[in-house]
Amino acid sequence: MTGMATESGTPLRLLAPGMPRRLILATLAGAAADLAGIALIAAAAWMITRAAEQPPLAALSVAIVAVRAFATTRGIFRYGERLSGHDVALRAQAGTRERLYQALVPTGPLPRRGADLLSRMVDDTDAVQDLLVRCLLPALAALLAGTAAVVLTAFILPFAALLLALGLLVAGVALPAGTAAAARRWSARIAPARAELAARVADLVHGAADLAAYGARDQALSAGMDADARLAKLERGQSRVNAAALGLGVLVQGLTVVAVVLAARSADLDGVATAVLALTSLVSFEPVLPLGAAGERFAGVLAALRRLREIGATPPAVAEPGDPLTLPETPPTVEIEDLVVRHGDREPALNGVSMRLAPGDRVAIVGPSGAGKSTLLAALMRTVDFESGNIRIDGVDIRRYASDDVRARITGLTQDPYVFQATLRDNLRLAGPESSDEDLAHAVRQARLDGWTDRTGWDTTLGEDGRTVSGGQLQRLALARALLFDPQVLLLDEPAEAVDEETADALLADLLDATRGRTTVLVTHRLRGLEQVDEIIVLEGGRVVQRGPHDALVATPGYYRDLWESEVLTRR
Amino acid sequence: MHKDLLRLARSERTVRPHLAACLAAAVAAGVLVLVQAELLAGVLSGRFAVAVLLPLALVVAARGLLGWGRGVFAGRTATALKSALRRRLLSRFQEPDTAGSQRSGELVTLAGRGLDALDAYLTGYLPAVAVAGVIPIAVVVRLFVADLETAVIVLLTLPLIPIFGALVGWTTRAVTQQQWEALTRLGGHFLDVVRGLPTLRAFGRARHQASVIQQVAAAHRTATMRTLRVAFLSSLVLELVASLSLALVAVPVGLRLLSGSLDLHTALLVLLLAPEAYIPLRAMGTTFHAAMEGVAAADQAFSLITPTIARDHAQVREQPADLPKPARNHAQIRIQAPGLRISGRDHAPPEIRFEGVTVRYPGREENALDAVTLRISPGERVAIVGPSGAGKSTLLHALLGFVTPSEGRVLIDGADLSGLDRDEWRRRLAFVPQRPHLFAATVAANISLGSDASPDEVRTAAAAAQAAEFVEALPYGYETELGERGANLSAGQRQRVALARAFCRPSAEVLLLDEPTARLDGRSEAAVVEATRRLSEGRTSIIVAHRPAMIELADRVVRLHDHAQRGAA
Repeated sequence: MTGMATESGTPLRLLAPGMPRRLILATLAGAAADLAGIALIAAAAWMITRAAEQPPLAALSVAIVAVRAFATTRGIFRYGERLSGHDVALRAQAGTRERLYQALVPTGPLPRRGADLLSRMVDDTDAVQDLLVRCLLPALAALLAGTAAVVLTAFILPFAALLLALGLLVAGVALPAGTAAAARRWSARIAPARAELAARVADLVHGAADLAAYGARDQALSAGMDADARLAKLERGQSRVNAAALGLGVLVQGLTVVAVVLAARSADLDGVATAVLALTSLVSFEPVLPLGAAGERFAGVLAALRRLREIGATPPAVAEPGDPLTLPETPPTVEIEDLVVRHGDREPALNGVSMRLAPGDRVAIVGPSGAGKSTLLAALMRTVDFESGNIRIDGVDIRRYASDDVRARITGLTQDPYVFQATLRDNLRLAGPESSDEDLAHAVRQARLDGWTDRTGWDTTLGEDGRTVSGGQLQRLALARALLFDPQVLLLDEPAEAVDEETADALLADLLDATRGRTTVLVTHRLRGLEQVDEIIVLEGGRVVQRGPHDALVATPGYYRDLWESEVLTRR
Repeated sequence: MHKDLLRLARSERTVRPHLAACLAAAVAAGVLVLVQAELLAGVLSGRFAVAVLLPLALVVAARGLLGWGRGVFAGRTATALKSALRRRLLSRFQEPDTAGSQRSGELVTLAGRGLDALDAYLTGYLPAVAVAGVIPIAVVVRLFVADLETAVIVLLTLPLIPIFGALVGWTTRAVTQQQWEALTRLGGHFLDVVRGLPTLRAFGRARHQASVIQQVAAAHRTATMRTLRVAFLSSLVLELVASLSLALVAVPVGLRLLSGSLDLHTALLVLLLAPEAYIPLRAMGTTFHAAMEGVAAADQAFSLITPTIARDHAQVREQPADLPKPARNHAQIRIQAPGLRISGRDHAPPEIRFEGVTVRYPGREENALDAVTLRISPGERVAIVGPSGAGKSTLLHALLGFVTPSEGRVLIDGADLSGLDRDEWRRRLAFVPQRPHLFAATVAANISLGSDASPDEVRTAAAAAQAAEFVEALPYGYETELGERGANLSAGQRQRVALARAFCRPSAEVLLLDEPTARLDGRSEAAVVEATRRLSEGRTSIIVAHRPAMIELADRVVRLHDHAQRGAA
């Protein structure tokens, strides 16, 4: 608990130690590049107007050297800024990702259709990069360069410096603040329109068969294009605001120069000073004007950071004990007593379930979808907390142990197993980092995956989202992982899901062989072979409606017998 | 420059004027910069009176206005072009992609957020290219008039920017291309790990993975920086050429002023104008990288669009919802079972014949359906059974016209299906796919899909499909908005909404069901079987089935064998 508290106390800090120094270096390089640009024009203006007064050549030599020096260094400083800025940004992003991951580890299972949410979250960590490279660095560099330009002007004519400062503030602070505010307001309106378009598009593509069969395609297409039109209208509105900011920036720059020249003239400055003032003012806007666009991006960055902070503040799925006990090494007895689990404020997913698992016991959980079968496994794995009742391991409250330790003993094949973009070997190895190739091969044989491994080989990289893996292969890969991990209490959540019937029967038969003498909880839809398990529990609506051995359940009317009869009938 | 995109922009009436206005505003603003330089040089050199500051202010105001106009029209161009592309993309799937190609996910992303990548290309890069094409030439021409020597220097150094740019790009391409793949892989690692977190958690690897993330991120950074060190060289060269050219112009001008061979006005004009020759080229360079993402999106979009144009009618036909029932025009309809005719229908259930029908999906080695010959009498209830992969669903898809047989033919009352009007034929069908798609709309809209059924008819259909009870228990009953893909319903409930859809088509004569009871619990199954029994009365029914209760419903069971001997699963 203590470790948890400090982690959530500083959720997703932006900069790791050592970063400020790099950031300062990058900022200085950027400011130096901006300043070199301003100084180049100022020196050139001075040199030319002074030359027109036809002084001795020596009077110009410093300016000539300066012009050449500034011309050379500007590009080099810019190069340095871009490199060091990106380096800092990548470091910050890596840090953010790691902290985001650390924050995610203790949170519970993510929402079912969370794939898009996850991509969005990962995109959000890019925002840190944008914050530094596109917002913070240019703003700081512009601040330094702008200040230097104002100071330089102040030496020539304080009033002109005042005008310049005013112009720079409007272009560099007021305009970006305006674009940021506008972006925030517009994105609040654009986001729902975008979501609606996405929903329409998904319907059109994923529901293509239904739409074609029912002749509703054109209607759906025009609904999609209507959503597109609504979004386009909002986007045009947003671009109008940004265009106004762009135009205003140019206007402020030009008017500032005009005002500075006017001031210089009314102060009766000579031609040299006036030219230097005018050109310095003109060029000092160059680092400032892009800040309008940065302001727009800044609003998006802030929203992304806010979302990340919310994730960092998500309470963990289960409360960890402050002083966890050590779990016994021997195979445990697990007792579940009157367990009630509720997801959010819905009806309880489990409502008073009790069961006992002695070492070597095998229990099957059967029931329609939504009966609470997976929730029961999640409670055993400590990925979800319970509201009342208890789970005891060898008589000790499961909440006295660290959830990681519990999962080292009680785990297995979970719902929605995932295939990583890695080789088949590495995908298996994550369940047994120390396993030998023989162990791997054994687990693969037990999961009836050996045909596939023979065909594709152990070192084939499996695709994104399991693209190169079929549903059945995925299931068997997950099963192989569970068998390789070999926990003291093996949990199997529908191991024969998405496998055709013959294979499913064979797989379950093998499984029941392999788990003989091993404490096992098996959630299944297929009943063949269940006469071998010690107890079958039928769940419906979060309650145990029937329990007992196969023969007894088949003899009593109810869900189990119906399912069994239907299964016998299909077997031909 | 993206040829397809520009062709589309030119041909679309909704895009062209906006694009033209945007480019014109950008170029005009560029020209005004030259006027501004002229006036400013005049004032600073003392040639023009201070009163010239007023026209100068006006020029500035005009530039601001043009900048605003450029932004507004760029926004209009971008939205109009995105809409045009989106319409084409969405029309792409005129027919469902039954081969299950992976491009549907790609299409969803692209037609949604993906096209936004075009913004940078359209609003930033294109105008920058237009300005770069006009302004440097205008500057050089003006310089030729003002001061030949400077003009020559600018003219000679100007080409160095594209030349060096190309040279650096050419030498770095090999390096970056090579690293690109590694970068993508490393960059994707984090998402992969986050997605697989539940699995990692189950095997106690979640904490360990944090250090892996760190390592991979460090490797990613090192690789990226290696790429960037080279990639930024091109901008370094651009910057150096531009600023050194300025020095190259300014110093001789100063020396010539000293000798009195040049007047101050020209000198200042040269100083103000010379940078303007380089700025458009640099602006083009800086918008280039962001624009390339847009080019990638455009490439992807056009690669998805193009096959349709070659294939069949891609244009969208607006179809009024209350289309009158089509007039009977099937000369060859033989009414075989008059007793089966149901009022409100145009036809009696047809006789369906498969004659040696073989279907092979492009890019697959095995046939999905292998020389199937089958006759289904009007009003017959046929159960199709067989192992997975035997082509059960493909059989239905062939009948729906989603796929065209590569050999053999499907006959409807003796007429080849490929010769019939597909839409009209489908109006005679009611289809419940294996995983029906529920739309992000109300329950009522989901049930009355493609028809103009009244609320009462929707309710009747739902009741017949055993769906009324749970629908009425929803917070807003039939007006409840379903989440994405019907997320707030259970599998059995989704299936029954899809069955209600079929009931909502009383005119349908042929019922096609694809494993309607897969993944259902016993009670849901019984409800669906009962609903199916009622729905199939008086209709020809082809039911892909695997559960006994459903198979028992059939008059005849047809077993498809796995010819291709595909592996299990």
